[in-house]
Amino acid sequence: MLSLTLLSIPLIAAILLLFSRGNLSRNLALVFTLVQLVFTVYAYTVFKNEGSAAFEFLANWSVKPVLNIHFAMDGMSLVMLMLTNLLLPLIVLSGYNREMERPHVFYSLMLFMQFALNGVFISFDGFIYYIFWELALIPIYFIAFNWGGENRAKVTLKFFIYTLAGSLLMLFAFLFLYNGSPAHSLDWSSLTNNPACSCNQTWLFWLFFIAFAIKIPIIPFHTWQPDTYATAPTQGTMLLSGIMLKMGTYSLLRWLIPVVPAGVAEWQYVAITLSVIGIVYASVIAIMQKDLKRLLAYSSIAHVGLISAGIFTLNLSGFQGSMVQMFAHGLNVVGLFYCADIILNRTKHHEIEGLGGIRLIAPKFATWFMIVILGSVALPLTNGFVGEFMLLFSVYQYNTWLAVFAGLTIILGAVYMLRMYQKMVLGTAIKENMVFPDLYWNEKIVLVTIGILIFVMGIFPRPIMELTEPVLKNLIK
Amino acid sequence: MIDNFLELTKLITPATLVPLFPLIGFLLIALFGKQLNHVSGWLASAMILASFVLTCFLFINLPGKSDLNFELFQWMKWGNITLSFGFLIDHLSLVMMLVITGIGFLIHLYSIGYMHHDEGFSRFFSYLNLFIFFMLLLVMGNSYLIMFIGWEGVGLASYLLIGFWYKNDAYNDAAKKAFIMNRIGDLGFLLAMFFMLFYFGGLDYLTVNEAASGFEVGTLLITSITLLLFVGAMGKSAQLPLYTWLPDAMAGPTPVSALIHAATMVTAGIYMIARSNILFAMAPHTLDVVMWVGVATSIFAAVIGMKQNDIKKVLAYSTVSQLGLMFAALGMGAFESGMFHVVTHAFFKALLFLGAGSVIHAMSGEQDIRNMGGLSKYIKITWATFLIGTLAISGIFPFSGFFSKDEILANAYNGHTLVWILLSISSMLTAFYMFRLFFLTFSRDFRGTAQQQSHLHESPWTMTVPLVVLSVFAVIAGFWGLPAVLSENHMFANYLAPIFADSKEIMRAHPHVDHSTEWLLMGIATLAALISIGIAYNFYIHSKLLPEADAETKGLSKWVANKFYVDELYDKLFVRPMMVLSDLFYVLVDKLIVDLLVMASAWIIGFTGRTIRLVQTGNTGLYLFLMVIGMMVFMLIQLVY
Repeated sequence: MLSLTLLSIPLIAAILLLFSRGNLSRNLALVFTLVQLVFTVYAYTVFKNEGSAAFEFLANWSVKPVLNIHFAMDGMSLVMLMLTNLLLPLIVLSGYNREMERPHVFYSLMLFMQFALNGVFISFDGFIYYIFWELALIPIYFIAFNWGGENRAKVTLKFFIYTLAGSLLMLFAFLFLYNGSPAHSLDWSSLTNNPACSCNQTWLFWLFFIAFAIKIPIIPFHTWQPDTYATAPTQGTMLLSGIMLKMGTYSLLRWLIPVVPAGVAEWQYVAITLSVIGIVYASVIAIMQKDLKRLLAYSSIAHVGLISAGIFTLNLSGFQGSMVQMFAHGLNVVGLFYCADIILNRTKHHEIEGLGGIRLIAPKFATWFMIVILGSVALPLTNGFVGEFMLLFSVYQYNTWLAVFAGLTIILGAVYMLRMYQKMVLGTAIKENMVFPDLYWNEKIVLVTIGILIFVMGIFPRPIMELTEPVLKNLIK
Repeated sequence: MIDNFLELTKLITPATLVPLFPLIGFLLIALFGKQLNHVSGWLASAMILASFVLTCFLFINLPGKSDLNFELFQWMKWGNITLSFGFLIDHLSLVMMLVITGIGFLIHLYSIGYMHHDEGFSRFFSYLNLFIFFMLLLVMGNSYLIMFIGWEGVGLASYLLIGFWYKNDAYNDAAKKAFIMNRIGDLGFLLAMFFMLFYFGGLDYLTVNEAASGFEVGTLLITSITLLLFVGAMGKSAQLPLYTWLPDAMAGPTPVSALIHAATMVTAGIYMIARSNILFAMAPHTLDVVMWVGVATSIFAAVIGMKQNDIKKVLAYSTVSQLGLMFAALGMGAFESGMFHVVTHAFFKALLFLGAGSVIHAMSGEQDIRNMGGLSKYIKITWATFLIGTLAISGIFPFSGFFSKDEILANAYNGHTLVWILLSISSMLTAFYMFRLFFLTFSRDFRGTAQQQSHLHESPWTMTVPLVVLSVFAVIAGFWGLPAVLSENHMFANYLAPIFADSKEIMRAHPHVDHSTEWLLMGIATLAALISIGIAYNFYIHSKLLPEADAETKGLSKWVANKFYVDELYDKLFVRPMMVLSDLFYVLVDKLIVDLLVMASAWIIGFTGRTIRLVQTGNTGLYLFLMVIGMMVFMLIQLVY
């Protein structure tokens, strides 16, 4: 029953919010996301003490064909829930000193998004999982479409169709699985216990892989991403980059690897190679990016490339590292986009060149921006290091030279991040009479929370690793 | 045994506190810097003093030849891999800790005077404390992973301090360059750790050394690991080809140059190799590489140093050169000699940099030695202490540099004659450019502006006291390691002997040079240094030469003065191509090819839709006609098959 509560809080909030107006919607959204966060913490304690039984929910949707609604919980799901429900209040809070039109619709969509994301992470039946997967696309489409920037109609359409096409492939895969499995069931445990037919799993692999690769995104399926990140309103970008792309990496671990093991084993090398090429390719592109949000978008492609590379090494270092890094990247990328938003909002200047001097007038902002960057370039004792260390080690276990190539990310990451920071924040102001108030109270709360968590996670990553270890160890077999 | 154990357990708390003090200092100043204002300088210094006192306590109380190895908490754990956060206090780390906290304290004290008028006063001290914290982690960690935390952490502190005056974009460039160059080395370090984790199953020194002993000397695995570690050392300790960041790092405030870019951080590479002495002893090929890179760097930097006119740049190149000398010593397997030079160098190089800071302070910010001269009359303490530092680095008896350098040269003579010749040349060059610097700065007549002359003044006591203390050590530090002809007891080598005992066994121990040869070598070294000084005297005092203006430099000197255009070469070879590649990937591959394919597939769908739509006319006749055609086609197919 706890599963249903987890889903109903954001859903009820999303409906309620439609009837509120103005500042009230914002406050309500904050309250509900905080309630959800508290409830997630409670769920964590329940899970720690009593295990997963309290989260089991199984109901029948239709008898023929047999479609079930199955919610459950394991360490992996819990980590994703904690990430989602931790980031949402921060994302809501980050919009507090921004003016926007129809905030009640905006925040309602955001909570609906939270509902769908929670659903994706606790669904253990392919059918209901697919529904939540698609549901998550709807609110973010409207958020990007209605509150986005330049060119939003074109960009959001491309984003929507691109990801929808990917989902369609996944639907085919599930249909195939349904027909192919003797039990005619899409339940996760039955799918993983008798992995889809002994037949050639190549098709299944590619259908799932492309669906997830688009969401993550792995090159060459990434071209929707920089445009969308740059155009969507910052809170939407935070949702997309912080949580939604983790739907892809999470699903690799949850569905692709256990359900299509033979296909994965066969095509592992292609997936890793694509991911590793993506790391270097996106990092190199980020070096000369002129637009701040685009730079962050490409850096995000590089970071998730490492996550997917680690997952496809199929060893425990990669699996464990990917979970740590999903959490870490979620925090860091939200912090980075928020810093970008603060700069854009105050200066109306989205290019990396032609700014500078921010540190002189807003030292607090500069400091916290630096801390988030340190997490992002994986300085030891920050959360980025733990994940990156484990992931690069997993790639090393797979192939030494691939690890050397992937390891370039620690150099290139420093190159583009420090270049951007230097041009935008350090030096003297190029713009005359630049007005740049230092952090407001809500900005301070968001960035300080993220900044502290960067170090806490970097020094004590054990809780996350302990949660996911049993699940991932099972996956190795 | 039990007594020993109890005694050791008592040391855990003080050992943990050593790095904790600077961390607390950093946090306090970072949070309350504004309120603390000028107190922060004293607070930061007090924290380092506390660490120093605790280190002395550990130094005195660590029983006999034992070491203290303890775990604080488990950091990462997955599968059968456990990576813990722990410290190892042994004679090697204690030597480094004493240097770091001791010299660190003096430089903190000095900075109170030096940075007094700077608006970023508190910020400066918070960074300095942060640096000491990471540097202590680096030397105190009981595993490569903890060393790596410190390794990257000092890189961060160095980045923050080089770019301390962040309004100046050239300084920011220098800071960025230092961080990125170091990261290139760090990748090597990281890969070395992956090798060790994979093949040895752990990263703590005990596990690694034990597992390594199961391999043959000279196996590819050990050679790879040590070479990768050395790549890390090349970055941090500014060796060819990754040295170019260090001269640029002089953009930071002078105390930073003294502490980080001369006395402590840049010697981290030496420490790392000394710490891994067993691994390196098992990789003779790597040792050769280390030695030759060290020799090449030593000469190369010394040559460049002869043509520099910025007082800090001269010292920077001399640091690079001296680091090369230390690596050469390590490469010859003379780990304790390398470490000995680390210690003596820390004293006299910190002294020289702080002296340079005092000169710059007196000269109202001027750094070009062509515009100085005659300063001995105005700043007597600085002059006297700087002279001591110059004599020490030139290797004049009985200053400390003489003994440590002599030891390295004696090692070289004993088996690597060519190396001995090259290092002797490098030492001669060093003596020459250091006295060139000294004469041009302190002797002859004042060449600056009248305004500068009226401002000339000796520095406040917080600055001169550290100079005096350091100069005392620059004299006496050499006596900790007297050569065999003078004393039977090499205190320094004996103290470190337990650390290097195993590796000595692995390597064939070189026979010691006999006493008469040793006298001869010492004589040659002294004579060579004196000749160099004589030449410098002849040029700059007797003939009253002055280095020409930049525009008039020609031919070979121009190449040397411009550091052989290595920066420009790197720019053409790496930086530019990377930028072009970046644009190429973005514009051509990403925007054009990949996205075009995506859009093309969308267009094909649209095109198909538009084309098929043409058939949907709503005309029943047409539909019937098409149906009949279709039926006929199917029938034809049926007939054929």
